[in-house]
Amino acid sequence: MDTCIEKIRAIGADLLAKGTVEKVIGFADGSIPMATRPMALTSDKDVDKLVFNSVCGLNLANYVSKNSLSNKEGKIAVVAKGCDARNLVTHIVENQISREQIYIIGVPCTGMVDKRKIAALFDDEITGFEEHGDTLTITSASKTETVKKADVLRHNCRVCTHRNPPVYDVMAGDPVEEQTLDHPYEDVDQIAAMDLDARWAYFENLTKNCIRCYACRNACPLCYCPTCFVDESSPQWVGKGQNEIDVTTFHFLRAFHCAGRCTDCGACVEACPMGINVRDFTRKLNKDALELFGWEAGLVLDKRPPLDAYSPNDPNDFIK
Amino acid sequence: MMGNLLEHMGVDRDRIHFSWISSAEATKFVDVVKEISEKVRALGPNKKFVKDYNK
Repeated sequence: MDTCIEKIRAIGADLLAKGTVEKVIGFADGSIPMATRPMALTSDKDVDKLVFNSVCGLNLANYVSKNSLSNKEGKIAVVAKGCDARNLVTHIVENQISREQIYIIGVPCTGMVDKRKIAALFDDEITGFEEHGDTLTITSASKTETVKKADVLRHNCRVCTHRNPPVYDVMAGDPVEEQTLDHPYEDVDQIAAMDLDARWAYFENLTKNCIRCYACRNACPLCYCPTCFVDESSPQWVGKGQNEIDVTTFHFLRAFHCAGRCTDCGACVEACPMGINVRDFTRKLNKDALELFGWEAGLVLDKRPPLDAYSPNDPNDFIK
Repeated sequence: MMGNLLEHMGVDRDRIHFSWISSAEATKFVDVVKEISEKVRALGPNKKFVKDYNK
C-alpha cells in the first residue's frame, strides 16, 4: 500500500514549522527489524525519522493522556490509524484531553501484520523486513521469504471495520474501503459454543503462561489510572504472584475495565511477550456492547459510552 | 456485561446475581437471598475462581 509516509512527514513538518503544534507523536523505526517505536518530535528537521508501515502495531493514543499531558504543553499532533483515532476520541469523551489540545493526523490503514506469524516462518532471527505494496519481504541469515500482507494480518485487523479515522484534523491519504464482515465475532462465538467447563479450561489455558508483566495494560490507551488496581497494596485487590486464580482475576478485571471502551486496536496482544491473545476477554465485551447497546467505542464525540450513562431503555433483565 | 463475561469464562450464571434492593425492602431482601441460596445450593460447591492458598 501507499503508506502515506511522505504526506505524514510533510504535514508533520508543516505543523511544527508553523508552530501549530508543539509536538508530533508518530512511529519511528525500532532497533530491530519489524519493530517500530513511538516517537515524539519537536523539530520539523526530524520528520524524516517518522515511518508508517505494517508493523506500527502499537496505539499512539496511549502516549497522550492526562498523565502525559501537562497543562503547560501546547497542542500535540498524533499520527492516528483508525483505532488510534478512536482511542483519541475515547480520551476526549472521558475528559482526559480536550479536542483543542490534539491535532489528529489521520492515516487510512490496511492493517498491521502479526509478527509472531512471520517469526514462525523462520528458525533463526529475522534480520530484514521490507514492504512493497501488499508484498512483504522478510530475510534472515538462512533464507528470504516473500509473503502477502493479507495472509499475515493480525486478527483484530482482519475483523476491523473502522480502518479510517472517524475523527481527524487532516487525512494523510485517501480513505480506504471499509470491510464488511458476515461473522464479525466468529472467535467469540466459537468460545461461546463450548460448555461451561470447557470455557473455563480454555481461559485457564490461555493465561497459563502469563508472567504478570502488565505489558497488555501498559500498551492500552484505556489504562491511564495513576495507580492501577493491580499495583494497589491497601487494599490489595488481587494477589501479585503466579497463582492461576490471581492471574485469571487480573485478566478478567483488566478486560472489564475496558467494557464499552475497547476499540480492539490489538496493542495489548502486540505487547504481550508470551503471545497470549488477551483480546479473547475484551472481544466478548465488545460484542455485548454492540448487541446490547448498539455501541462501538470511539466513533463520535457527542455520545456518552453506554456504561457511564443511564437510559430507561438499558437492558435490565439480569437484575432482580 | 460483567455477568456475561463471567459466564463466557465458564462461571455458572446461577452463581451470579444482581439485585437492586432499597433499605426499606426487607422482605425483598429476604426473598432474593433465599432464591440465591437455593440456586447456589443446587449447583454445589464452586470450583472456579477459588484461590487455593496451599498451592
